[in-house]
Amino acid sequence: MNVLVFVEPGDDLSRQALGFAREIGDARAVSVEGAYAPAAWAAALVDAADGADAIVAAGSVHGNEVLAHVAARLDQPFAANVTGIDGDVVTRQRWGGSLLEEARVQGSPLVLSVAPHVHAADEAEAQVDTLVAGANGSPQVVDRVEAATGGVSLADAKVVVSGGRGVGSAEGFAIIEELAGLLGGAVGCSRVVTSAGWLPHTNQVGQTGTKVSPDLYVACGISGATQHIAGCKGAKKILAINSDAEAPILASADYAVIGDLHEIVPAISAELRKARGT
Amino acid sequence: MCVKRVPITGGKIVLTDDEQSIRTLHLGFTISPHEECGVEEAVRIVEQQGGESVVLTLGPPEAEEQLRECLAMGADHAIHLVTDEQEWDAQATAAAIVETVRAEVPFDLLVFGNESADAGGYQVGIRVAYALGLPVVTGLKGLTVENGRVRAEQEVSGGRDVYDVQMPAVVTVLEGLNLPRYPSVPAKLRAQRKPVEQRRPTRIEPKLEKLRLVVPEGQGKQAEILGTGPEAAPRVVEVMQQIGVA
Repeated sequence: MNVLVFVEPGDDLSRQALGFAREIGDARAVSVEGAYAPAAWAAALVDAADGADAIVAAGSVHGNEVLAHVAARLDQPFAANVTGIDGDVVTRQRWGGSLLEEARVQGSPLVLSVAPHVHAADEAEAQVDTLVAGANGSPQVVDRVEAATGGVSLADAKVVVSGGRGVGSAEGFAIIEELAGLLGGAVGCSRVVTSAGWLPHTNQVGQTGTKVSPDLYVACGISGATQHIAGCKGAKKILAINSDAEAPILASADYAVIGDLHEIVPAISAELRKARGT
Repeated sequence: MCVKRVPITGGKIVLTDDEQSIRTLHLGFTISPHEECGVEEAVRIVEQQGGESVVLTLGPPEAEEQLRECLAMGADHAIHLVTDEQEWDAQATAAAIVETVRAEVPFDLLVFGNESADAGGYQVGIRVAYALGLPVVTGLKGLTVENGRVRAEQEVSGGRDVYDVQMPAVVTVLEGLNLPRYPSVPAKLRAQRKPVEQRRPTRIEPKLEKLRLVVPEGQGKQAEILGTGPEAAPRVVEVMQQIGVA
Protein backbone atom coordinates (compact mmCIF):
# COMPACT_ATOMS: atom_id res chain seq x y z
CA MET A 1 0.00 0.00 0.00
CA ASN A 2 1.33 3.45 -0.94
CA VAL A 3 0.70 5.94 1.83
CA LEU A 4 1.12 9.69 1.57
CA VAL A 5 1.71 11.20 5.03
CA PHE A 6 1.17 14.87 5.78
CA VAL A 7 3.64 15.92 8.47
CA GLU A 8 4.37 19.20 10.20
CA PRO A 9 8.07 19.75 10.98
CA GLY A 10 8.93 19.28 14.65
CA ASP A 11 5.52 17.89 15.53
CA ASP A 12 5.54 14.76 17.70
CA LEU A 13 2.02 13.74 16.64
CA SER A 14 3.14 13.86 12.99
CA ARG A 15 5.95 11.43 13.86
CA GLN A 16 3.37 9.11 15.43
CA ALA A 17 1.29 9.31 12.24
CA LEU A 18 4.40 8.46 10.23
CA GLY A 19 5.06 5.49 12.53
CA PHE A 20 1.52 4.25 11.89
CA ALA A 21 1.84 4.79 8.12
CA ARG A 22 5.04 2.73 8.03
CA GLU A 23 3.21 -0.11 9.79
CA ILE A 24 0.55 -0.25 7.10
CA GLY A 25 2.58 0.39 3.93
CA ASP A 26 5.25 2.31 2.05
CA ALA A 27 5.12 5.82 3.42
CA ARG A 28 6.09 9.04 1.68
CA ALA A 29 6.22 12.02 4.04
CA VAL A 30 5.37 15.49 2.78
CA SER A 31 5.00 18.90 4.39
CA VAL A 32 3.72 22.14 2.92
CA GLU A 33 5.72 25.37 3.10
CA GLY A 34 4.44 28.80 3.93
CA ALA A 35 1.68 30.21 6.14
CA TYR A 36 -1.00 27.74 7.19
CA ALA A 37 -3.90 27.71 4.72
CA PRO A 38 -5.89 24.46 5.09
CA ALA A 39 -7.83 24.52 1.80
CA ALA A 40 -4.75 25.38 -0.27
CA TRP A 41 -2.63 22.84 1.62
CA ALA A 42 -5.25 20.15 1.03
CA ALA A 43 -5.21 20.94 -2.71
CA ALA A 44 -1.41 20.51 -2.75
CA LEU A 45 -1.73 17.19 -0.90
CA VAL A 46 -4.34 15.92 -3.36
CA ASP A 47 -2.03 16.79 -6.26
CA ALA A 48 0.84 14.94 -4.56
CA ALA A 49 -1.35 11.93 -3.75
CA ASP A 50 -1.68 10.76 -7.34
CA GLY A 51 -1.60 6.96 -7.16
CA ALA A 52 -1.55 6.79 -3.34
CA ASP A 53 -3.80 4.21 -1.66
CA ALA A 54 -4.08 6.21 1.54
CA ILE A 55 -3.57 9.78 2.77
CA VAL A 56 -2.66 9.92 6.46
CA ALA A 57 -1.98 12.70 8.99
CA ALA A 58 -1.89 13.21 12.74
CA GLY A 59 -5.19 13.50 14.61
CA SER A 60 -4.11 17.03 15.58
CA VAL A 61 -5.89 20.33 15.04
CA HIS A 62 -4.16 20.88 11.70
CA GLY A 63 -4.07 17.19 10.71
CA ASN A 64 -7.79 16.67 11.15
CA GLU A 65 -8.60 19.96 9.47
CA VAL A 66 -6.40 19.42 6.40
CA LEU A 67 -7.66 15.85 5.93
CA ALA A 68 -11.29 16.96 6.19
CA HIS A 69 -10.53 19.39 3.35
CA VAL A 70 -8.81 16.59 1.39
CA ALA A 71 -11.82 14.28 1.85
CA ALA A 72 -14.32 17.01 0.92
CA ARG A 73 -12.29 17.83 -2.19
CA LEU A 74 -12.11 14.16 -3.25
CA ASP A 75 -15.65 13.32 -2.03
CA GLN A 76 -14.21 10.40 -0.05
CA PRO A 77 -14.98 9.33 3.52
CA PHE A 78 -12.63 10.57 6.27
CA ALA A 79 -12.00 8.47 9.39
CA ALA A 80 -10.66 10.74 12.14
CA ASN A 81 -8.57 9.57 15.11
CA VAL A 82 -7.96 6.02 13.97
CA THR A 83 -6.22 3.62 16.38
CA GLY A 84 -5.92 0.63 14.03
CA ILE A 85 -6.84 -0.77 10.64
CA ASP A 86 -7.56 -4.33 9.50
CA GLY A 87 -8.46 -4.64 5.82
CA ASP A 88 -11.30 -2.19 5.21
CA VAL A 89 -12.26 -2.00 8.90
CA VAL A 90 -10.86 0.86 10.95
CA THR A 91 -11.02 1.27 14.71
CA ARG A 92 -11.44 4.91 15.66
CA GLN A 93 -12.06 7.01 18.73
CA ARG A 94 -15.41 8.50 19.69
CA TRP A 95 -16.21 10.68 22.69
CA GLY A 96 -12.64 11.96 22.89
CA GLY A 97 -11.36 8.39 23.27
CA SER A 98 -13.87 7.24 25.92
CA LEU A 99 -15.40 4.91 23.35
CA LEU A 100 -14.10 3.09 20.26
CA GLU A 101 -15.91 2.36 17.03
CA GLU A 102 -15.19 -0.30 14.43
CA ALA A 103 -16.28 0.96 11.04
CA ARG A 104 -16.10 -0.24 7.46
CA VAL A 105 -14.60 2.42 5.25
CA GLN A 106 -15.07 2.46 1.47
CA GLY A 107 -12.55 5.01 0.32
CA SER A 108 -10.11 5.28 -2.52
CA PRO A 109 -7.78 6.64 -1.46
CA LEU A 110 -8.37 6.01 2.24
CA VAL A 111 -8.27 9.27 4.19
CA LEU A 112 -7.48 8.82 7.87
CA SER A 113 -5.94 10.64 10.80
CA VAL A 114 -4.06 8.83 13.56
CA ALA A 115 -5.30 9.17 17.14
CA PRO A 116 -2.73 10.95 19.34
CA HIS A 117 -0.55 8.96 21.76
CA VAL A 118 -1.62 5.50 20.56
CA HIS A 119 1.28 4.72 18.22
CA ALA A 120 4.98 5.17 18.93
CA ALA A 121 6.63 8.09 17.17
CA ASP A 122 8.83 7.17 14.22
CA GLU A 123 12.32 8.17 15.37
CA ALA A 124 14.07 7.20 12.14
CA GLU A 125 15.36 10.11 10.10
CA ALA A 126 12.63 10.55 7.54
CA GLN A 127 12.96 12.22 4.21
CA VAL A 128 10.27 14.86 3.98
CA ASP A 129 9.38 16.36 0.61
CA THR A 130 8.22 19.94 0.74
CA LEU A 131 5.17 20.90 -1.28
CA VAL A 132 4.30 24.41 -2.40
CA ALA A 133 0.64 25.34 -2.07
CA GLY A 134 -0.87 27.37 -4.86
CA ALA A 135 -2.64 30.62 -4.03
CA ASN A 136 -6.19 29.43 -4.61
CA GLY A 137 -7.86 32.34 -2.86
CA SER A 138 -8.81 30.24 0.14
CA PRO A 139 -8.81 31.67 3.67
CA GLN A 140 -5.36 32.09 5.13
CA VAL A 141 -3.87 33.42 8.32
CA VAL A 142 -3.65 37.23 8.20
CA ASP A 143 -2.66 37.95 11.78
CA ARG A 144 -1.47 36.27 14.95
CA VAL A 145 -2.53 37.02 18.53
CA GLU A 146 0.03 35.76 21.07
CA ALA A 147 -1.33 34.10 24.18
CA ALA A 148 -0.93 36.07 27.40
CA THR A 149 2.14 34.77 29.18
CA GLY A 150 2.64 34.36 32.91
CA GLY A 151 1.68 31.51 35.17
CA VAL A 152 2.08 27.83 34.37
CA SER A 153 0.41 26.65 31.17
CA LEU A 154 -2.24 24.01 31.81
CA ALA A 155 -1.20 21.84 28.87
CA ASP A 156 2.47 21.73 29.94
CA ALA A 157 2.15 21.73 33.76
CA LYS A 158 3.85 18.95 35.77
CA VAL A 159 1.09 19.20 38.37
CA VAL A 160 -2.52 20.20 37.81
CA VAL A 161 -4.87 20.80 40.73
CA SER A 162 -8.46 20.82 39.50
CA GLY A 163 -11.77 21.63 41.14
CA GLY A 164 -15.28 20.58 40.23
CA ARG A 165 -18.83 21.09 41.40
CA GLY A 166 -17.76 20.14 44.94
CA VAL A 167 -15.72 23.36 45.27
CA GLY A 168 -19.07 25.14 45.49
CA SER A 169 -18.22 28.69 44.35
CA ALA A 170 -15.68 30.90 42.58
CA GLU A 171 -14.30 31.93 46.01
CA GLY A 172 -13.88 28.27 46.89
CA PHE A 173 -11.03 28.06 44.36
CA ALA A 174 -8.69 30.01 46.69
CA ILE A 175 -7.63 26.76 48.40
CA ILE A 176 -7.18 25.03 45.01
CA GLU A 177 -4.99 27.91 43.79
CA GLU A 178 -2.98 27.80 47.02
CA LEU A 179 -2.17 24.09 46.63
CA ALA A 180 -1.39 24.47 42.91
CA GLY A 181 0.95 27.36 43.75
CA LEU A 182 2.79 25.32 46.39
CA LEU A 183 3.32 22.49 43.88
CA GLY A 184 4.36 24.86 41.08
CA GLY A 185 1.37 23.63 39.13
CA ALA A 186 -1.61 24.97 37.21
CA VAL A 187 -5.26 25.29 38.23
CA GLY A 188 -7.81 23.28 36.27
CA CYS A 189 -11.53 22.68 36.55
CA SER A 190 -14.41 20.63 35.20
CA ARG A 191 -17.04 21.79 32.72
CA VAL A 192 -19.58 22.46 35.49
CA VAL A 193 -17.26 25.15 36.86
CA THR A 194 -16.91 27.05 33.59
CA SER A 195 -20.62 26.74 32.80
CA ALA A 196 -21.34 28.32 36.21
CA GLY A 197 -18.88 31.11 35.44
CA TRP A 198 -16.62 30.34 38.44
CA LEU A 199 -13.54 30.10 36.21
CA PRO A 200 -12.92 30.93 32.52
CA HIS A 201 -12.92 28.20 29.87
CA THR A 202 -9.11 28.46 29.62
CA ASN A 203 -8.97 26.53 32.92
CA GLN A 204 -11.27 23.73 31.74
CA VAL A 205 -9.85 20.22 31.47
CA GLY A 206 -11.85 17.80 29.36
CA GLN A 207 -13.02 16.57 25.98
CA THR A 208 -14.03 20.11 24.97
CA GLY A 209 -11.39 21.84 27.10
CA THR A 210 -7.65 21.38 27.48
CA LYS A 211 -6.10 17.90 27.43
CA VAL A 212 -3.43 17.65 30.12
CA SER A 213 -0.63 15.17 30.82
CA PRO A 214 1.01 16.11 34.14
CA ASP A 215 2.96 13.83 36.48
CA LEU A 216 0.18 14.34 39.04
CA TYR A 217 -3.43 15.37 38.51
CA VAL A 218 -5.37 16.25 41.67
CA ALA A 219 -9.15 16.10 41.10
CA CYS A 220 -10.98 17.89 43.94
CA GLY A 221 -14.74 17.50 44.10
CA ILE A 222 -14.90 16.16 40.54
CA SER A 223 -17.29 13.23 40.01
CA GLY A 224 -15.47 11.91 36.93
CA ALA A 225 -17.80 12.30 33.93
CA THR A 226 -16.37 10.85 30.71
CA GLN A 227 -16.22 14.42 29.35
CA HIS A 228 -13.68 15.22 32.09
CA ILE A 229 -11.73 11.95 32.06
CA ALA A 230 -11.10 12.42 28.31
CA GLY A 231 -9.05 15.48 29.26
CA CYS A 232 -7.02 14.13 32.21
CA LYS A 233 -6.44 10.46 31.41
CA GLY A 234 -3.01 11.41 30.01
CA ALA A 235 -1.81 12.14 33.59
CA LYS A 236 0.78 9.73 34.98
CA LYS A 237 -0.97 9.64 38.36
CA ILE A 238 -4.40 10.85 39.43
CA LEU A 239 -5.33 11.69 43.04
CA ALA A 240 -9.05 12.10 43.70
CA ILE A 241 -10.34 14.05 46.68
CA ASN A 242 -14.04 13.37 46.97
CA SER A 243 -16.74 13.10 49.62
CA ASP A 244 -18.30 10.17 47.76
CA ALA A 245 -16.36 6.90 47.97
CA GLU A 246 -18.53 5.59 45.10
CA ALA A 247 -17.79 8.47 42.68
CA PRO A 248 -16.84 7.31 39.13
CA ILE A 249 -13.56 9.27 39.35
CA LEU A 250 -12.21 6.54 41.68
CA ALA A 251 -12.26 4.09 38.79
CA SER A 252 -9.88 6.37 36.87
CA ALA A 253 -7.71 7.47 39.82
CA ASP A 254 -4.57 5.93 41.34
CA TYR A 255 -5.10 7.41 44.82
CA ALA A 256 -8.05 8.81 46.70
CA VAL A 257 -8.82 10.68 49.89
CA ILE A 258 -12.43 10.48 51.02
CA GLY A 259 -13.95 13.49 52.71
CA ASP A 260 -14.64 17.23 52.46
CA LEU A 261 -12.19 18.91 50.08
CA HIS A 262 -12.63 22.19 51.98
CA GLU A 263 -10.84 20.57 54.95
CA ILE A 264 -8.52 18.19 53.09
CA VAL A 265 -6.99 20.59 50.53
CA PRO A 266 -5.86 23.20 53.14
CA ALA A 267 -4.53 20.35 55.32
CA ILE A 268 -2.36 19.12 52.42
CA SER A 269 -1.09 22.67 51.82
CA ALA A 270 -0.25 23.02 55.53
CA GLU A 271 1.51 19.64 55.52
CA LEU A 272 3.57 20.64 52.46
CA ARG A 273 4.66 23.84 54.22
CA LYS A 274 5.53 21.85 57.34
CA ALA A 275 7.58 19.34 55.32
CA ARG A 276 9.51 22.24 53.76
CA GLY A 277 9.92 24.04 57.07
CA THR A 278 8.17 27.17 55.81
CA MET B 1 -26.45 26.90 13.02
CA CYS B 2 -26.34 23.13 12.98
CA VAL B 3 -26.58 21.05 16.15
CA LYS B 4 -26.66 17.37 17.11
CA ARG B 5 -28.52 15.54 19.87
CA VAL B 6 -26.13 13.50 22.05
CA PRO B 7 -26.55 11.67 25.38
CA ILE B 8 -25.13 13.11 28.61
CA THR B 9 -22.87 10.16 29.31
CA GLY B 10 -22.08 10.73 33.00
CA GLY B 11 -19.40 8.64 34.62
CA LYS B 12 -19.51 5.32 32.79
CA ILE B 13 -20.45 4.36 29.25
CA VAL B 14 -22.60 1.22 28.99
CA LEU B 15 -23.49 -0.18 25.55
CA THR B 16 -26.73 -1.71 24.33
CA ASP B 17 -26.66 -5.50 23.84
CA ASP B 18 -26.26 -5.16 20.05
CA GLU B 19 -23.18 -2.89 20.57
CA GLN B 20 -24.70 -0.32 18.21
CA SER B 21 -25.27 2.50 20.67
CA ILE B 22 -24.89 3.77 24.20
CA ARG B 23 -27.53 2.58 26.68
CA THR B 24 -29.48 5.77 27.34
CA LEU B 25 -32.44 4.52 29.39
CA HIS B 26 -31.38 6.60 32.41
CA LEU B 27 -29.56 9.39 30.59
CA GLY B 28 -30.57 12.88 29.57
CA PHE B 29 -29.71 14.41 26.21
CA THR B 30 -28.13 17.67 25.13
CA ILE B 31 -26.32 19.20 22.17
CA SER B 32 -22.55 19.04 21.83
CA PRO B 33 -20.81 21.70 23.97
CA HIS B 34 -19.14 23.38 20.97
CA GLU B 35 -22.56 23.79 19.37
CA GLU B 36 -24.04 25.44 22.46
CA CYS B 37 -21.48 28.19 21.94
CA GLY B 38 -22.34 28.28 18.22
CA VAL B 39 -26.01 28.87 19.00
CA GLU B 40 -25.17 31.55 21.58
CA GLU B 41 -22.89 33.33 19.11
CA ALA B 42 -25.46 33.30 16.31
CA VAL B 43 -28.16 34.62 18.63
CA ARG B 44 -25.84 37.43 19.83
CA ILE B 45 -24.93 38.42 16.25
CA VAL B 46 -28.62 38.70 15.33
CA GLU B 47 -29.41 40.59 18.56
CA GLN B 48 -26.70 43.14 17.75
CA GLN B 49 -26.96 43.38 13.97
CA GLY B 50 -30.50 42.26 13.13
CA GLY B 51 -31.53 39.44 10.83
CA GLU B 52 -32.73 35.99 11.69
CA SER B 53 -31.17 32.88 13.20
CA VAL B 54 -32.25 29.40 12.19
CA VAL B 55 -31.22 26.23 14.05
CA LEU B 56 -31.03 22.96 12.13
CA THR B 57 -30.59 19.39 13.30
CA LEU B 58 -30.52 16.00 11.64
CA GLY B 59 -31.68 13.33 14.02
CA PRO B 60 -34.47 11.16 15.41
CA PRO B 61 -37.92 12.58 16.28
CA GLU B 62 -36.74 13.10 19.90
CA ALA B 63 -34.17 15.66 18.69
CA GLU B 64 -37.00 18.22 18.64
CA GLU B 65 -36.24 18.56 22.37
CA GLN B 66 -32.79 19.95 21.51
CA LEU B 67 -34.24 22.29 18.87
CA ARG B 68 -36.62 23.69 21.52
CA GLU B 69 -33.64 24.29 23.83
CA CYS B 70 -31.95 26.28 21.06
CA LEU B 71 -35.16 28.22 20.40
CA ALA B 72 -35.27 29.01 24.13
CA MET B 73 -31.73 30.37 23.84
CA GLY B 74 -33.04 32.80 21.24
CA ALA B 75 -33.00 31.14 17.83
CA ASP B 76 -35.91 32.38 15.70
CA HIS B 77 -36.99 29.16 14.07
CA ALA B 78 -35.92 25.57 13.57
CA ILE B 79 -35.58 22.96 10.84
CA HIS B 80 -35.66 19.29 11.80
CA LEU B 81 -34.31 16.76 9.30
CA VAL B 82 -36.01 13.73 10.79
CA THR B 83 -34.24 10.36 10.62
CA ASP B 84 -35.11 6.90 11.83
CA GLU B 85 -32.92 4.98 14.28
CA GLN B 86 -30.05 4.59 11.78
CA GLU B 87 -26.89 6.58 12.27
CA TRP B 88 -25.89 8.84 9.38
CA ASP B 89 -22.23 9.20 8.50
CA ALA B 90 -20.64 12.59 7.90
CA GLN B 91 -21.06 12.51 4.11
CA ALA B 92 -24.76 11.67 4.29
CA THR B 93 -25.31 14.29 7.00
CA ALA B 94 -23.52 16.98 5.00
CA ALA B 95 -25.46 16.11 1.83
CA ALA B 96 -28.80 16.50 3.63
CA ILE B 97 -27.74 19.82 5.15
CA VAL B 98 -26.55 21.11 1.76
CA GLU B 99 -29.87 20.23 0.15
CA THR B 100 -31.75 22.06 2.90
CA VAL B 101 -29.54 25.15 2.86
CA ARG B 102 -29.92 25.43 -0.93
CA ALA B 103 -33.70 25.46 -0.57
CA GLU B 104 -33.70 28.26 2.03
CA VAL B 105 -33.16 32.00 1.69
CA PRO B 106 -29.41 32.56 1.34
CA PHE B 107 -27.60 32.57 4.68
CA ASP B 108 -24.73 34.95 5.44
CA LEU B 109 -23.15 32.64 7.99
CA LEU B 110 -23.40 28.89 8.62
CA VAL B 111 -22.21 27.88 12.10
CA PHE B 112 -21.17 24.34 13.08
CA GLY B 113 -19.47 22.82 16.09
CA ASN B 114 -15.85 21.89 15.31
CA GLU B 115 -16.61 18.24 16.02
CA SER B 116 -19.57 16.43 17.54
CA ALA B 117 -19.23 15.15 21.12
CA ASP B 118 -20.10 11.58 20.11
CA ALA B 119 -18.82 10.67 16.62
CA GLY B 120 -16.06 13.32 16.56
CA GLY B 121 -15.57 13.33 12.77
CA TYR B 122 -14.24 16.92 12.37
CA GLN B 123 -15.70 17.31 8.87
CA VAL B 124 -19.41 18.08 8.37
CA GLY B 125 -18.98 21.88 8.28
CA ILE B 126 -16.05 21.61 5.88
CA ARG B 127 -17.97 19.27 3.55
CA VAL B 128 -20.95 21.64 3.49
CA ALA B 129 -18.65 24.56 2.63
CA TYR B 130 -17.12 22.68 -0.31
CA ALA B 131 -20.49 21.64 -1.68
CA LEU B 132 -21.77 25.22 -1.50
CA GLY B 133 -18.52 26.77 -2.75
CA LEU B 134 -18.09 28.85 0.42
CA PRO B 135 -14.95 29.70 2.42
CA VAL B 136 -14.62 27.86 5.75
CA VAL B 137 -12.65 28.56 8.92
CA THR B 138 -12.63 26.02 11.77
CA GLY B 139 -11.84 25.67 15.48
CA LEU B 140 -12.82 29.23 16.37
CA LYS B 141 -12.58 30.78 19.82
CA GLY B 142 -13.20 34.30 18.56
CA LEU B 143 -15.65 35.63 15.97
CA THR B 144 -16.40 39.21 14.86
CA VAL B 145 -18.84 40.04 12.08
CA GLU B 146 -18.41 43.46 10.48
CA ASN B 147 -19.19 44.99 7.08
CA GLY B 148 -19.96 41.67 5.47
CA ARG B 149 -16.71 40.09 6.65
CA VAL B 150 -15.82 37.67 9.42
CA ARG B 151 -12.71 38.04 11.58
CA ALA B 152 -12.17 34.53 12.88
CA GLU B 153 -9.69 33.52 15.59
CA GLN B 154 -8.47 29.92 15.59
CA GLU B 155 -6.68 28.69 18.71
CA VAL B 156 -3.24 27.22 18.03
CA SER B 157 -0.31 26.42 20.29
CA GLY B 158 0.91 29.65 21.88
CA GLY B 159 -1.83 31.93 20.64
CA ARG B 160 -4.45 32.48 17.98
CA ASP B 161 -4.27 32.61 14.20
CA VAL B 162 -6.58 35.23 12.73
CA TYR B 163 -8.44 34.78 9.45
CA ASP B 164 -10.43 37.40 7.57
CA VAL B 165 -13.10 36.06 5.21
CA GLN B 166 -15.89 37.49 3.10
CA MET B 167 -19.42 36.34 3.86
CA PRO B 168 -21.28 34.17 3.03
CA ALA B 169 -19.02 31.79 4.89
CA VAL B 170 -18.99 28.63 7.00
CA VAL B 171 -17.41 28.64 10.47
CA THR B 172 -16.93 25.85 12.99
CA VAL B 173 -16.56 26.85 16.63
CA LEU B 174 -15.19 25.56 19.92
CA GLU B 175 -16.46 25.73 23.47
CA GLY B 176 -14.96 28.79 25.15
CA LEU B 177 -16.05 31.10 22.31
CA ASN B 178 -18.55 32.56 24.79
CA LEU B 179 -20.51 31.59 27.89
CA PRO B 180 -23.90 30.31 26.69
CA ARG B 181 -26.93 31.70 28.50
CA TYR B 182 -29.34 29.67 30.59
CA PRO B 183 -32.76 30.27 29.07
CA SER B 184 -35.34 31.87 31.39
CA VAL B 185 -38.68 30.21 32.05
CA PRO B 186 -40.57 32.73 29.83
CA ALA B 187 -38.01 32.07 27.06
CA LYS B 188 -38.67 28.33 27.37
CA LEU B 189 -42.43 28.93 27.16
CA ARG B 190 -42.00 31.16 24.09
CA ALA B 191 -39.83 28.45 22.51
CA GLN B 192 -42.74 26.01 22.69
CA ARG B 193 -44.70 28.25 20.30
CA LYS B 194 -41.91 28.88 17.80
CA PRO B 195 -42.10 27.00 14.49
CA VAL B 196 -40.21 23.74 13.94
CA GLU B 197 -40.32 22.72 10.31
CA GLN B 198 -39.93 18.99 9.66
CA ARG B 199 -38.44 17.37 6.59
CA ARG B 200 -37.50 13.80 5.77
CA PRO B 201 -34.23 13.63 3.85
CA THR B 202 -33.08 10.52 1.99
CA ARG B 203 -30.01 8.80 3.44
CA ILE B 204 -27.25 8.01 0.99
CA GLU B 205 -25.41 4.75 1.64
CA PRO B 206 -22.68 5.21 4.26
CA LYS B 207 -19.07 5.00 3.12
CA LEU B 208 -17.92 5.06 6.74
CA GLU B 209 -20.26 2.51 8.23
CA LYS B 210 -20.34 1.84 11.98
CA LEU B 211 -20.13 -1.91 12.62
CA ARG B 212 -19.97 -1.92 16.41
CA LEU B 213 -18.91 0.08 19.44
CA VAL B 214 -16.30 -1.07 21.97
CA VAL B 215 -15.63 0.29 25.46
CA PRO B 216 -11.84 0.59 25.62
CA GLU B 217 -9.90 -1.40 28.19
CA GLY B 218 -8.01 0.27 30.97
CA GLN B 219 -10.91 2.04 32.63
CA GLY B 220 -11.02 -0.54 35.41
CA LYS B 221 -8.55 1.15 37.80
CA GLN B 222 -9.44 1.18 41.46
CA ALA B 223 -7.93 3.99 43.50
CA GLU B 224 -5.84 3.23 46.58
CA ILE B 225 -7.56 4.99 49.47
CA LEU B 226 -4.94 7.10 51.27
CA GLY B 227 -7.26 8.00 54.10
CA THR B 228 -10.34 9.89 55.18
CA GLY B 229 -10.56 13.61 55.96
CA PRO B 230 -7.73 16.06 56.74
CA GLU B 231 -5.86 13.41 58.75
CA ALA B 232 -4.83 11.89 55.40
CA ALA B 233 -2.66 14.94 54.57
CA PRO B 234 0.72 13.50 55.75
CA ARG B 235 0.17 10.35 53.68
CA VAL B 236 -0.78 12.48 50.63
CA VAL B 237 2.43 14.50 50.93
CA GLU B 238 4.40 11.25 51.23
CA VAL B 239 2.88 10.05 47.95
CA MET B 240 3.61 13.41 46.31
CA GLN B 241 7.24 13.09 47.38
CA GLN B 242 7.40 9.55 45.95
CA ILE B 243 6.04 10.81 42.62
CA GLY B 244 8.60 13.61 42.77
CA VAL B 245 6.27 16.59 42.64
CA ALA B 246 6.45 17.84 46.25
